[in-house]
Amino acid sequence: MGAMLHITTLHYLVLGAALFLLGVIGVLTRRNVVIVMMAIELILNAVNLNLIAFSRMWGGLHGQVFAIFIITDAAAEAAVGLGILIAFFRNKETINIDEVNLLKW
Amino acid sequence: MGQVVQYIQSYLDSNQTPGAAGNIFWMLVYIMLVFTGLSIAVIAMNWLERKILAHMQVRLGPMRVGPHGLLQPIADAIKLLLKEDIMPAEADGAIFWCAPLIVVLAAFTVFVVVPFGPTHAITDMNIGILFMLGVSSLSVLGIVMAGWASNSHYPLMGALRSSAQMISYEVAMGLAVISAILMTSLNASGTGTLSMIGIVEAQQAQGEWFIFKFFPLGLIAFFIFAVAMVAETNRAPFDLAEAESELTAGFHTEYSGFRWSLFFLAEYSAMIAVSSIAVTLWLGGWLRPFPHWLGGTTWDLIFSFVPGATFLFLAAITFFNVIRMPKHPYFRIQTIGLAGFAVALAIIGLILFVPDVRVRVQDIFWFTAKVAGFMYLYIWYRGTFPRYRFDQLMKIGWKVLLPVGLGVLLLTAGVGLVQQNLWHQ
Amino acid sequence: MAPVATPFFFYLFAAIMLIGGIAVITRKNPVHSALALIVTLLAQASLYLMLYAPFVAGVQIILYAGGIMVLFLFVIMLVSIDRSMRERQFNSQWVAGIIAATALGGLLIAVYTKGTNIFPEHALPVIESDNTQKVATLLYGQYMFSFEIASLLLLVAIIGAVVMAKKRI
Repeated sequence: MGAMLHITTLHYLVLGAALFLLGVIGVLTRRNVVIVMMAIELILNAVNLNLIAFSRMWGGLHGQVFAIFIITDAAAEAAVGLGILIAFFRNKETINIDEVNLLKW
Repeated sequence: MGQVVQYIQSYLDSNQTPGAAGNIFWMLVYIMLVFTGLSIAVIAMNWLERKILAHMQVRLGPMRVGPHGLLQPIADAIKLLLKEDIMPAEADGAIFWCAPLIVVLAAFTVFVVVPFGPTHAITDMNIGILFMLGVSSLSVLGIVMAGWASNSHYPLMGALRSSAQMISYEVAMGLAVISAILMTSLNASGTGTLSMIGIVEAQQAQGEWFIFKFFPLGLIAFFIFAVAMVAETNRAPFDLAEAESELTAGFHTEYSGFRWSLFFLAEYSAMIAVSSIAVTLWLGGWLRPFPHWLGGTTWDLIFSFVPGATFLFLAAITFFNVIRMPKHPYFRIQTIGLAGFAVALAIIGLILFVPDVRVRVQDIFWFTAKVAGFMYLYIWYRGTFPRYRFDQLMKIGWKVLLPVGLGVLLLTAGVGLVQQNLWHQ
Repeated sequence: MAPVATPFFFYLFAAIMLIGGIAVITRKNPVHSALALIVTLLAQASLYLMLYAPFVAGVQIILYAGGIMVLFLFVIMLVSIDRSMRERQFNSQWVAGIIAATALGGLLIAVYTKGTNIFPEHALPVIESDNTQKVATLLYGQYMFSFEIASLLLLVAIIGAVVMAKKRI
C-alpha cells in the first residue's frame, strides 16, 4: 500500500499501457469506422503519456517536444482519415468496417 | 476580532496570488468572490442590455417590474426557473443534459486565470492565455452537442453554423493574441511570457499599453481581436445562428427553463471572459490610464478618487431619476425603492473614498471599468449593425481577418526584432 | 508551489481516463464515445499538468479536445445513420482481435513486472515557471527541421482533406 501511495514513473507507464491496450481492443473489435478512429486517438494519447512521463523522469524537455509533434500529427491524420471516411460514405452509404472490402478477391 | 482582521489584511497585502502561495482557503474565497461577481455582472448585463438597446431604439425598455425595470432580471430568473423542463421525444437524453453543462463549465473555468490586480487572480498559471483560449474553445463542443441532441433540424443547422463560425474566428483570435504576446518579449532578457499577470506587468514595464505599441500594429491587432471576439461569442452582428428571424432560436431552440438559462449565463460569461482577454492584452489590465505620462504621486492620488467619484456620479443620476418619478401614489413604492438604491450607491461611493479601501480597490476598479466599457460596446454593436449573412461572415473570418492577422504578426515580429537589436547595440 | 495530494489526484484522473477509455470502445452511440473521449483527453491534460508539462497540457486542450474532437463530432453528425446504431457493434473478427489484445496485454504485464527497477525516481525537480520558454528554445533550435516538416505535413493534410471531401474535383 505504501508503494501505491508514492507516484513514480512506473505508475504513469502502467496507465499508458492500459490505455494503449484499450485502444488496441477498440481498433480490432469495433465495426463503426468512426469509433475505430477514436480508438486510434486513444493509442496516440497513451504514447504521449509515456513520452511525457519519461521526459519528467530524465528532466529534459525532449519528450514534451516530441509529444507536441505527435499531437500535431494526430490532428493531420484525423483530418485526412475523416475525409476518406466521408468520401467512402458517399459511395457506399455505410460506415461498417466489414463492408470496406472492395479490394477483396 | 482584531486577529481575524489582521489575518485578512495579511492576505490582502500578500505579494502572491492564492494559487502561487498554495493557500487553499483563500483560493476558495477568491473563487466564491469571482463567481458571485460574475453572477451579479450577468444579471446587470441582462438589465443593461434591455435598457440600453431600448434607449438606442428610442423607447423605454422594462419600466414596470422595479423602478425603471431594475428588478426585471430577477423576474426573468424566477420565470425561467419555474418553467416546465421539456425534452424532445427522440432526443438523446444524456447528451441533451450534458451540453449546457459543458458550455457553462467552459465559460466559467476560464475565470481562474483572469487578473483583477497584480495579486488578485485565483491563480496565475504560466500558460494563462493559452489556458483561456483553450478552455473557451471547449464551448464549441457543447454547442455542437446541443444541436445534435435536440433531434430537430433547426437546432442542428444552427449548431453547425454556430460552431463553424466559432472555430473560424478562433484562428483569427489566436493570431491577434500571438501578436500581443510577441510584444511582451521586448525586455532586456528577450523572453516573453504567457501568464496573464506577466502580460500586464510587461505593459507596465514598457510604459505603454500594447494597443498603442508600434502604432498602428497594436491597434490593428486589437481591432482583429475585437471583431473576432464578437463573432466568437455569437453576438450581433454575427448572430445569424441564433437570431429569431432566421432559425427560430438556433441551437437552443429545444431548451426551456433552467437549461436555457444555463446557455444564456454561459453566453454572457463568455462575453466577459473574452473582454477580459482583450483588456489584459491590449488595454493594460488593471493599470490606470496614463501610468507613465501622468505619473507621480499626485496623479496617483487624483486617479485614486475616480472609483468613489464614479459611484457618487451614479448615485446622483439615480437621485435625479427619483425626483423625476411620477408623483402618483401607485409609484410610491418604486420611488422609495429607487431612493434606497441611490442611497446604497452613495454609501458605496463614500466607502471608496476611505484611504485604506481606496488604495486596495484601484486595480479591481480599473479592470472592471474597462471590461464594462467592452460590454457597452457589445450592446452598441447589437443596436447598430445589421446582421451578417452566413457566407459573408465566413468570408470575413477567413479572407479578411486571417491574412491581416498574419500580416500584423509578421510586421510585429519584424519591428520587435529591429527594436531589440537597436537596444542591445 | 509544492504539489498537493499527488496520489489522490493521480488515481482520480487515472480512473477517469480508464473509465472514459472503456466507454469509448464499448458505447453503441458514436456521440457518446466522442463525449467519453473528450473527458479522457481533459483528464490526460490534467495528468500532464501533474507531470510539470503545462505547455503540452494547454496544447492538448486547444488542439485535441477543442479541435480534433469537434472534427469528429461534425463527421459523426454527417455520416451517422440510425441503422448503424441498431446493428451489432463488434466486427466479424472480434475473436482474433481479443486474442491479439490479450497477447499484447500479457506482453506488457511481463515487461512491467520484470522491469520495475529500471525506472529511476524523479530525481530532478523541474522548475515550472519557464517551461514554455524552454520548449520554445528546443522547438525552434534543435528541432527546427522537424518543425518545418510538421508544418509541411499539416499543409498536405489540409489539401488532402479538402480534395478528399469534395464532391467534384
